[in-house]
Amino acid sequence: MIANYGYKDGSGEYFISIDTDKCDGCGDCVGACPYGVLITGEDPNDPFREEPVAMVSEDHRKKIKYSCAPCKPVSDRPPLPCVAACGSGAIEHSW
Amino acid sequence: MITAGIDCGAKTVKVVVIKDGQVVGKSLVPAGIDAKGAAEKAFDEALAQAGLSRKDVAKVVSTGTGRKEPTFRDEEVTEVTADARGAVFLFPQARTVIDVGAEEGRAIRVDAAGKVVDFAVNEKCAAGAGAFVEAMARALEVDLEEMGKLSLQAKQAVPMNAQCAVFAESELVSLVHAKTPKPDMARAIHDAIADRIVSMVRRVGAEPEVVLIGGVAKNVGFVDSLSRDLETEVKLPDDPEMVGALGAALIAAE
Amino acid sequence: MTEEFWRWTESRWTSPDIDWKSGDIITAGCDVGSVSTQAVVMVDGQLYCYANMRTGSDSPDSAMRAINWALEGTGMTLDDIQYSVGTGYGRVNVPFAQRAITEIACHARGANFIYGSTVRTVLDMGGQDCKAIHCDERGKVVSFLMNDKCAAGTGRGMEVFADLLNVPITQIGELSLQVDEEPEPVSSTCVVFAKSEASALLRSGWPKEKVIAAYCSAMAHRVVTLLERIGMEEDFAITGGIAKNIGVVSRLEKELGVKALQTDYDTQLAGAIGAALFAKALVEKQRKGK
Repeated sequence: MIANYGYKDGSGEYFISIDTDKCDGCGDCVGACPYGVLITGEDPNDPFREEPVAMVSEDHRKKIKYSCAPCKPVSDRPPLPCVAACGSGAIEHSW
Repeated sequence: MITAGIDCGAKTVKVVVIKDGQVVGKSLVPAGIDAKGAAEKAFDEALAQAGLSRKDVAKVVSTGTGRKEPTFRDEEVTEVTADARGAVFLFPQARTVIDVGAEEGRAIRVDAAGKVVDFAVNEKCAAGAGAFVEAMARALEVDLEEMGKLSLQAKQAVPMNAQCAVFAESELVSLVHAKTPKPDMARAIHDAIADRIVSMVRRVGAEPEVVLIGGVAKNVGFVDSLSRDLETEVKLPDDPEMVGALGAALIAAE
Repeated sequence: MTEEFWRWTESRWTSPDIDWKSGDIITAGCDVGSVSTQAVVMVDGQLYCYANMRTGSDSPDSAMRAINWALEGTGMTLDDIQYSVGTGYGRVNVPFAQRAITEIACHARGANFIYGSTVRTVLDMGGQDCKAIHCDERGKVVSFLMNDKCAAGTGRGMEVFADLLNVPITQIGELSLQVDEEPEPVSSTCVVFAKSEASALLRSGWPKEKVIAAYCSAMAHRVVTLLERIGMEEDFAITGGIAKNIGVVSRLEKELGVKALQTDYDTQLAGAIGAALFAKALVEKQRKGK
């Protein structure tokens, strides 16, 4: 499943997509995110999944444009820590 | 040499006329629905104040969302260019310029020479601009100036969860029902918008001195929230909403 | 405020064809939304009874009232239900539920039941959010997004317009079709800015219908871009309050080049039905484990 967390408003589209088929719930992204945007837990959208899965925390879903801003400086943009930490390539940012 | 800068914003049109680096005339008129007419009116008012006529003006540079509207313009520059030029003229040590207008928020980083290095813009979403504060003031039934002052009397920080001006209005209604004191609500509103502006500023790096311009800079509640959030002193010009027009006039003189 | 728009009435229903006493697995699903609450009971995966009512100020109480009303006159009691699942905004506050499952998963499962296994894309446009779900032939979610941050594309956004134009919200759809020529959509996505834009259009002499048409078409366009993100595939179904706004739905169908599926079911039940079906699957899983 591709879980898209975030929103689209007048200023743009801000989604963090997690491919739950690739995600093994290891939690490396959780430690890598400096702002607590990502968490792991029981998949709320798949009651039959046994292993944990990564998702965007409820607190950040409506403001990821702002929460993720410090990792997205206008110039000299380094790789995103969450994306870099994910060995299975399950995380993508739309912006 | 006499030059003029005109800043055609979403809500207001501003004109600054300068003569040899000195401001000799300025005006601010509502943009209304006739943007061209408002531009003409603003230009004539500023000239009248300076005791000048259009033929005395060597060059006019326009900026702002409606910068294509004034038929009397010689050149156009972006808001980023005009803001940076105006802010650095007033505060030569400025490295970060924050401009919060009615419909846009902007953060600009300039180098020691006043050159623009980086900028980030928040546009097309009311939550990150002055329109948010205006909508909240309407919902609270207080005027903008009063809301700014109220904010300074807040006793506690109440979080606002809604990230949309429309949903924030409903949230404000629940806060009213919960008998939240008005000053605390005012502070919550200013903290919310300051939080969004600051994250944009961090994308360009918030190096001091930080200068705040644009109409929302006149809101003392917002300035208070912004300074606290940025953890640094914020410099304010006397006429924060005129800085873009001033910058345009200075560029015209170059 | 929002209630008026949805033009629904509280209702309950019992299937005349099912004798629940001879059923094997009896499960319930309860969808506690911000505006309405639905409770359904299913017997061996068939819809047996339901109640659809307003959500009160207290979620647990709303859930109890809904299930009690659904069971009224059936002879069934809560003790006869083997497993219950809560869903929706108040899903963790359903006192009789053993488990909470998101409305995303439940909507997909429920839509699969209501519309059949050919449904691949479900758009749910509610009062305060907009959900787009892409699912497979078993009603399992393939991808989804939920937009509850921004009022654009929600019932609340439409309400702001109805207020501005002083038009009852139930008439917006019909009125928007009374234009000779389709105007350009309102250019601002943000409801606050779109409202200023609409005020300017009215002042410049546009009739109300034309302004409404321009907004309905902007809303349709916004939803299309959301559907593109999750991968739009036929068959396509629309649920939620905006499904009743012909002005938005017809423009949406036109832009997508697709007709939305029709059903005799009350589409508001999709979440609760999905929850009850999950409850059944969970009972079956427990039995297998033993």
